[in-house]
Amino acid sequence: MRTDFNSQRIGALVRKETKQMMRDPSSIAIGIIMPVLLILLFGYGLSLDVTRVPVAVVLEDPSPAATELAAGFQLSPYFEPKLLTSMARAEELMLARKVDGIIRIRPDFARNLTAGGAQVQILVHGIDANRARIIQNYAQGAVGRWSARRAAQGIEGTAGPATVQSRMWFNEANESRYFLVPGLIVLIMTLIGALLTTLVMAREWERGTLEALFVTPVRTDEILLGKTIPYFILGMIGLVLCLLAAKFLFAVPFRGSVTVLTGASMLYLLVALGIGLLISSAVKNQFVASQITLLVSFLPAVMLSGFLFDLRSMPDLVRTITYLLPARYYVALLQTIFLAGDIWPVIIPNALMLTSMAALLVFLTRKMTRKRLA
Amino acid sequence: MLYALLRILALTRKELLAILKDPRSRFSLILPPILQCLIYGYVATYDLNHVPYAAFDHDRSAASRQLLARIDGSGVFQRVANLDRDLEVKTFIDQRRALLVVRIDRDFERNLFSGMPATVQVIADGRNSNTAGTAMGYLDAIVNAFNIDWRNSHGQGGAPIRITTRAWYNPNLETRWHMIPALIGTLTLIQTLLLTGLSVAREREQGTFDQLLVTPFRPSEIMAGKALPAVLVGFVQATMVLLVAQLWFQIPFAGSFVTLYVGLGFFLLAAIGIGLLLSSVAATMQQAMLFSFLLIMPFSLLSGLTTPISSMPMVLQYLTLLNPLRYAIDIAHRVYLEGVGLKLLIPELWPLALMATVTLSAASWMFRHRLT
Repeated sequence: MRTDFNSQRIGALVRKETKQMMRDPSSIAIGIIMPVLLILLFGYGLSLDVTRVPVAVVLEDPSPAATELAAGFQLSPYFEPKLLTSMARAEELMLARKVDGIIRIRPDFARNLTAGGAQVQILVHGIDANRARIIQNYAQGAVGRWSARRAAQGIEGTAGPATVQSRMWFNEANESRYFLVPGLIVLIMTLIGALLTTLVMAREWERGTLEALFVTPVRTDEILLGKTIPYFILGMIGLVLCLLAAKFLFAVPFRGSVTVLTGASMLYLLVALGIGLLISSAVKNQFVASQITLLVSFLPAVMLSGFLFDLRSMPDLVRTITYLLPARYYVALLQTIFLAGDIWPVIIPNALMLTSMAALLVFLTRKMTRKRLA
Repeated sequence: MLYALLRILALTRKELLAILKDPRSRFSLILPPILQCLIYGYVATYDLNHVPYAAFDHDRSAASRQLLARIDGSGVFQRVANLDRDLEVKTFIDQRRALLVVRIDRDFERNLFSGMPATVQVIADGRNSNTAGTAMGYLDAIVNAFNIDWRNSHGQGGAPIRITTRAWYNPNLETRWHMIPALIGTLTLIQTLLLTGLSVAREREQGTFDQLLVTPFRPSEIMAGKALPAVLVGFVQATMVLLVAQLWFQIPFAGSFVTLYVGLGFFLLAAIGIGLLLSSVAATMQQAMLFSFLLIMPFSLLSGLTTPISSMPMVLQYLTLLNPLRYAIDIAHRVYLEGVGLKLLIPELWPLALMATVTLSAASWMFRHRLT
């Protein structure tokens, strides 16, 4: 402890750790293969966009008005309608999940259109609730557009007196990829930063090799640095991979500056590494440590960060907890830097939160590790 | 035959002891699943109930106030500000102070009376386009309701088209009903995979596996002894999730428990087969854990849990056919919400049976042929 900080010793430790990492295929699997796999899955595979939904359009009324309405569904990019005349057949298709929804135009549709009270029934398969609601909205929209068209042509219609003109800023085309890909960076940084370090350190504790290091002249700080630097670099490689893929494979707009993004990512990576070091020195058991890490870092990064689910709509208790989770701040930073630009009123408070978390974790880890020496 | 059974039981007992003797590992078998169940139940929903919006009312008429009052009264939207300059729109959206800005044109009321199109402009923060899209959908519905009322109260005739909607199996379209039954499969997959993955790797790392191989146990018996406790743990965990679903979230169960557990049994065998196979490949516990994690990610992403399978590109849709979790989630949904019987589950059951057969026999072959 009395020796001075020695960069040569740290260099040696980093070399040793890097060699160990390169030799173990599982670290490389998490550090390189996993990010690439996730990038490809998220970029190409996962999508919340609902298009070309198979639906059954049951035309019980052969009138021109009803046929025209049915044709409206055929023109829509959201639907792949199957025209039927029997409701029983449509229900069969839905039971077998050949279609996800049924649009039923009642026999007296055209007659009631003039009298008022013409009915269109929309049935959806509700198992996937989110998708079902989107389908419901699209179907209602298709009926609405049809009647607006009729109103514009001077035929009896239901064009609402007030119409909504909507514009989505930052993501005009409404592509879910635009927020899934930046969100992915959070997952990858959490995996490398927290999970991988937890496992590596818990293993050293479990086998007692860390204590062996403690009796050498190497200082605690140097051991911690030597352990974290290679994983820090691995994390930054993951970030670069994600950025390249976002730009060149998936054409996600990048409106902020790379410098700000790099700074924010380094902060988050530091926090993630701190969590990993802290957990592993607290429990010293690989299985338990990995379970805790999954629970406190990975799961929140997916569920409680605002990456998929809106934070404001969560129950109050859960929302309060999210303020303690670093992922929340990183997601806000990523989404803003990618899609909106360098908006300082958003960047500064979030970056400050991450900085203070990183400082706290570094302090705690040093304390924990030193205590064990005594 | 009887002796073989006794030997398997002895090994099972020893495995269960190894899993349950450590209080921390006991704890990590129970707490994480329940905690995750609660988190997913409360959080994993795309429904919105607190949407901050800013009103930008150019018209300041009775009609525009009526529309804004409707938005305020919807229970979903909360007005955070009244804007009066264009510049503020950008500030509110950019700084994430409002998800939507609702802007009502100057001639709104006049146009309503004269039958001209009266526009309401909605600007949304698309940084999470899914949330923004949902919020815009809610707003559309509010404006529609406003239109119907306006027409009725100003003698422009009732709405000629009435749209009625109904959802099968999930009448209120609650995301939770989709999520929680799916967790029966997802959470048990994560834990059984990790558990079996670690069990062989731990023995290998500590050298006790070689000792096990020189005992009179046949490799298939060792495998059965390793698989059985994991099946038991899997059933217990599935039951815990099921209990949370029924007692805490009170999601109505439409099917039969026997059918569900038969389906789960097939799934657990397939999952454990994969875990054992992986564990016989891995040299250390760390590798086993990382490899199983490497599998869990694509398994859960390609299962239809968070994003629908039908929205994936064809290649990936075919890949999901190799994913045991996909079938488990299908089974859980169909039995839990639709209430189907075993006969209708055959298309889901046979791929699982096939996976179990292939992976379990491969694992027992690996036991015999890999001595490190």
